[in-house]
Amino acid sequence: MVTNDHILKLSGLEPLIITHESVFVNIGERTNVTGSKVFLKMIKEERFEDALSVAMDQVRGGAQVLDVNMDEGMIDGEKSMVKFLNLIASEPEISRIPIMIDSSKWEIIEAGLKCIQGKGIVNSISLKGGEEEFIRQASLIKKYGAATVIMAFDEKGQADSYERRIEICQRCYDILVNVVKFNPNDIIFDPNIFPVATGMDEHKNNAVDFFQATRWIRTHLKGAHVSGGVSNVSFSFRGNNLVREAMHSAFLYHGIKAGIDMGIVNPTMIGVYDDIEKELLERVEDVLLNRREDATERLLEYAETVKGVAKRKEEDLSWRNQSVQERLKYALIKGIVDYIDADTEECRQLYERPLEVIEGPLMDGMNVVGDLFGAGKMFLPQVVKSARVMKKAVAVLLPYIEASKAAGASSKQGKILLATVKGDVHDIGKNIVGVVLGCNNFEIIDLGVMVPCEKILDAAEREQVDIIGLSGLITPSLDEMVFVAKEMKRRGMKQPLLIGGATTSKIHTAVKIEPNYDHPTVHVLDASRSVPVASSLLNKDQRANFEKNIREEYEMMRKRHQGKQITKDYISLEQARSNKLQLNWENYTPPKPAFTGVKVFDHYNLSELRTYIDWTPFFSTWELHGKYPNILEDSVVGTEAKTLFADANLLLDKIIAEQWLTAKAVVGFFPANSREDDILIKDNPHVLHHLRQQNKKGDGLANYCLSDYIAPLDSGKEDYIGGFAVTTGIGIEKWLKYFEEQHDDYNKIMLAALADRLAEAFAERMHERVRKEFWGYAKAENLNSEDLIREQYNGIRPAPGYPACPDHTEKPALFQLLDAEKNTDIRLTESYAMYPASSVSGWYFSHPDSKYFGIGKISKDQIEDYAQRKNMPVTDAERWLQSVLNYE
Amino acid sequence: MQTLLDQIARERILILDGAMGTMIQRYKLEEEDFRGEHFKNHGSPLKGNNDLLSITRPEIIQEIHRQYFEAGADIIETNTFSGTTIAQADYHLEDAVYAINYESAKIAKAVAEEITKNEPHKPRFVAGAMGPTNRTCSISPDVNDPGYRAVTFDGLVKAYYEQVQALTDGGVDILLVETIFDTLNAKAALFAIQSFFEDSGKTYPVMISGTITDASGRTLSGQTTEAFLISLSHVPLFSIGLNCALGAKELRPYLQILAKEAPFLVSAYPNAGLPNEFGAYDETPDIMGEQIREFLDLGLVNILGGCCGTTPDHIKRIAAIAKEYKPRKVELSMMEHR
Repeated sequence: MVTNDHILKLSGLEPLIITHESVFVNIGERTNVTGSKVFLKMIKEERFEDALSVAMDQVRGGAQVLDVNMDEGMIDGEKSMVKFLNLIASEPEISRIPIMIDSSKWEIIEAGLKCIQGKGIVNSISLKGGEEEFIRQASLIKKYGAATVIMAFDEKGQADSYERRIEICQRCYDILVNVVKFNPNDIIFDPNIFPVATGMDEHKNNAVDFFQATRWIRTHLKGAHVSGGVSNVSFSFRGNNLVREAMHSAFLYHGIKAGIDMGIVNPTMIGVYDDIEKELLERVEDVLLNRREDATERLLEYAETVKGVAKRKEEDLSWRNQSVQERLKYALIKGIVDYIDADTEECRQLYERPLEVIEGPLMDGMNVVGDLFGAGKMFLPQVVKSARVMKKAVAVLLPYIEASKAAGASSKQGKILLATVKGDVHDIGKNIVGVVLGCNNFEIIDLGVMVPCEKILDAAEREQVDIIGLSGLITPSLDEMVFVAKEMKRRGMKQPLLIGGATTSKIHTAVKIEPNYDHPTVHVLDASRSVPVASSLLNKDQRANFEKNIREEYEMMRKRHQGKQITKDYISLEQARSNKLQLNWENYTPPKPAFTGVKVFDHYNLSELRTYIDWTPFFSTWELHGKYPNILEDSVVGTEAKTLFADANLLLDKIIAEQWLTAKAVVGFFPANSREDDILIKDNPHVLHHLRQQNKKGDGLANYCLSDYIAPLDSGKEDYIGGFAVTTGIGIEKWLKYFEEQHDDYNKIMLAALADRLAEAFAERMHERVRKEFWGYAKAENLNSEDLIREQYNGIRPAPGYPACPDHTEKPALFQLLDAEKNTDIRLTESYAMYPASSVSGWYFSHPDSKYFGIGKISKDQIEDYAQRKNMPVTDAERWLQSVLNYE
Repeated sequence: MQTLLDQIARERILILDGAMGTMIQRYKLEEEDFRGEHFKNHGSPLKGNNDLLSITRPEIIQEIHRQYFEAGADIIETNTFSGTTIAQADYHLEDAVYAINYESAKIAKAVAEEITKNEPHKPRFVAGAMGPTNRTCSISPDVNDPGYRAVTFDGLVKAYYEQVQALTDGGVDILLVETIFDTLNAKAALFAIQSFFEDSGKTYPVMISGTITDASGRTLSGQTTEAFLISLSHVPLFSIGLNCALGAKELRPYLQILAKEAPFLVSAYPNAGLPNEFGAYDETPDIMGEQIREFLDLGLVNILGGCCGTTPDHIKRIAAIAKEYKPRKVELSMMEHR
């Protein structure tokens, strides 16, 4: 049971319990305007976000308590303290640790105490202002629920000798414990650390006095703790970090022995005691312990010789001192690849079988990662980095495992086959799912993209996989998934089927896929859900229950879906056409493009495209949700978003500088007029077919069709339609393969995601140039990237396969008009997906009233009409447009 | 009062009442019930402002208190969960706060005294319920401005002080700060209570009850159970515990932490399970009773009761089971700094 002797209990979001056994408690000191010019500047300029990142660095650097000080004449200390503490409260990674409210002004201390929910520390109060004020302040600190630092200072001044120190500390202690009834464990004395080696005789014994006073306090004042600002001691060696660090380390070494149990230390300004060079250590200790008359001179002498010696790197490498198993675990959790090869090799030699390294330390680390991710304490990019470390470690071990033929004993949770279905080329999401599942000890067989059904099912049977996961991004893939489900049933397969990807949905899975297969068919929303789903399906105890729940849920969704079908009102195609968008063509002259026909761009400048990137979807690819740039400051994912953003930009620098990707584009303009829902190209056999909204509209709202934006044949006006195809994926294969060989999923996914963003940026940039130069109807346009993202421009660029023109089979016409395959090297798959995946194509409409819309659902009469116009069997039209039909 | 309570708490497990809201729902009250004569012409809708019923339909509140006492509760909570100017601001009833607390306390105390008179061997107590208010002191309601706060520490202290004043004027025996989702709000409540003690020269036993909002075991404001305990241990509490949000089953691991570390009595009054998809609680008294038995087998608690979804039947069951067990022992060394 608990005994309270000398136990100081503090809290942020988490507890910090300081006992006799605790090693020295590190107090982060960089968020202190009196100690850091950089931090002061941030506060003065109200750059609180930067100030927060300083706090974050402190926490990550190992600070266990965060000292916050706003004592500066030029700033409003109280306001800054409140603002900063409130901001810290919204950063769980920082507010995890207790706060030390550091001020010489009581008002600032009290304002700070009103902002922290945990039990923090006040730094500090003293008898400087007399006993009455001391009692008042201490009583309030107790009432607010904080511990406090007591400075060895009284009405007569600061204690500078051993005797004065113990006299003041004893007096304070007695008042606190007997009068204020302060918990003695919550008292922390700061018996003043003063500089040594100043050249003045009276300073010679400063460190010794401090050590002695500390020892006395810890023996005589029951419960009380001792702290101090360590860097003071080396004040006279400012500018000579080598000596300062040695002094700090040695001071702490002796201070801790005397009983100092916490202190304000800059962790980057302190080394390992045992690593201090012998001669330097001796001279430093001579000074600290006042061992010889000429100690100061000798240290100064030494200091001269090392002046200008380059400072070591600031990275905290203390984790490197742990056992190799701990190092592996640390590297996994932190995603550090720098030492993994050597560490894995070292670890391998400790175990009898190489597999034990995987089953032991590596799996231990990955389990922690899995738990943290599951608990929302780690985010996807970090997990992918951890997986990269794991893969690299496994790669080191693999040759040995194969050599010892011990690989047979698989300890995996289960085997999962993943594939992007036939006709679809998108695989970022699928790769992420693979990584996340891999992290959770599933064996992944990834068949890649555009995988025909038969190949998937053959592989599943041959490899005896436990689960099949299908992925797809474009709408035709939905149909292919239904086909796979039917085939699985026909072949009598039993594996659960997982469905995922941007175009898939729970409702589609429930209504269209699940009824076709007798075994569990589950929609997986994102990578983080894939683990619980797969685990439940492979766990004997959970499976039946999980399966039952899914079945019931999907059954209910189907029923509700059926109920919904009837409720929405649709009108006939004829009625819809008579309610078309009526534009006034008589008084309108369509703008004439600078050229007709096509214009080709090869090796387009990537750094120009970079500025057009819309980053928000990039973050959501990594399952970090929020709008850029606000996401960088988000209280939950902000830190990780920042790291991810920095990594992305680093890779982007490389992609651009070393020309990893080639950007190609073609744009074209063609004289055109509309005829009902079709668009006819002048002197060209191509007819562009479009669909019209058919849901019943309210008064004054039209049933839109893209052809409404083009001047009708009978208007007598000469109008134009534009088209484009852009790609930034040429050359990507080589690099994806390279990262794969490096076992670097993180950069593989990053590269693919960046290429996608560049392609979208390219489409954005091209559209801008079209408006300003090539079609030239908006020469004076001046929009920033935010406006572009919000589509504040004139004219639109809808893409075949997306809401305004959902039919992918219109893409070949676009490609033929542009001769896109030849001009850009983009190919169309059998499902009309573009390959490389980082490609965008679409139409340009210039009419100022044109805007983006969705077709919604359409009725059978329109499908029949459309099929006839396209000269296509009705059943084919139904298949391609399945997702927009308002009937079964 | 504290001595008597301390004495009883050493001997047996104290029983708290169950949900007030769940019971009020049974009466299917309408807007006019909440308004009564008193607030007939009040400018905004009042339906759902349960605390107001202590003024407009006192007989209902009285009846509910009585049912809980008869089910076996030692302590009932006043109908004042939202009895602060901050929470009543939603109804523009800041001015009614004193009356709400005062009347609620009086009603509860009268029932307690009446029953104690009939059963002097089992004295009944009234705890003045102090809810968390509807604003958080350490979380910004505006995602774009994380430094913003909808309420200040000083504002909370003032509101709680007024509530404490009215509750004690009305005659409560205990002060109960409950359903704490933000520890800073609770620290403000404790600050107000301590100030009231200093100003009035009186003291009352103080009970604290936090809420773990999700399966990660943290409060809404992000604290772990142990951090929560440490943050509030500066006041000599009568008890600390957990209520609401989770059912008994989910609550157990966090109670274990309190049972192990707290130098105070430990209380638990969980919901009747987790709400189903229609927002109702469906753990029967038997189901809940068996889960609470687990707390008792492990010796985790000193005070037991129920929160959302619990009824006199639940309390009856809990009281019957609790009788079979000894209360958790609070070590002397733990009490040292009380």
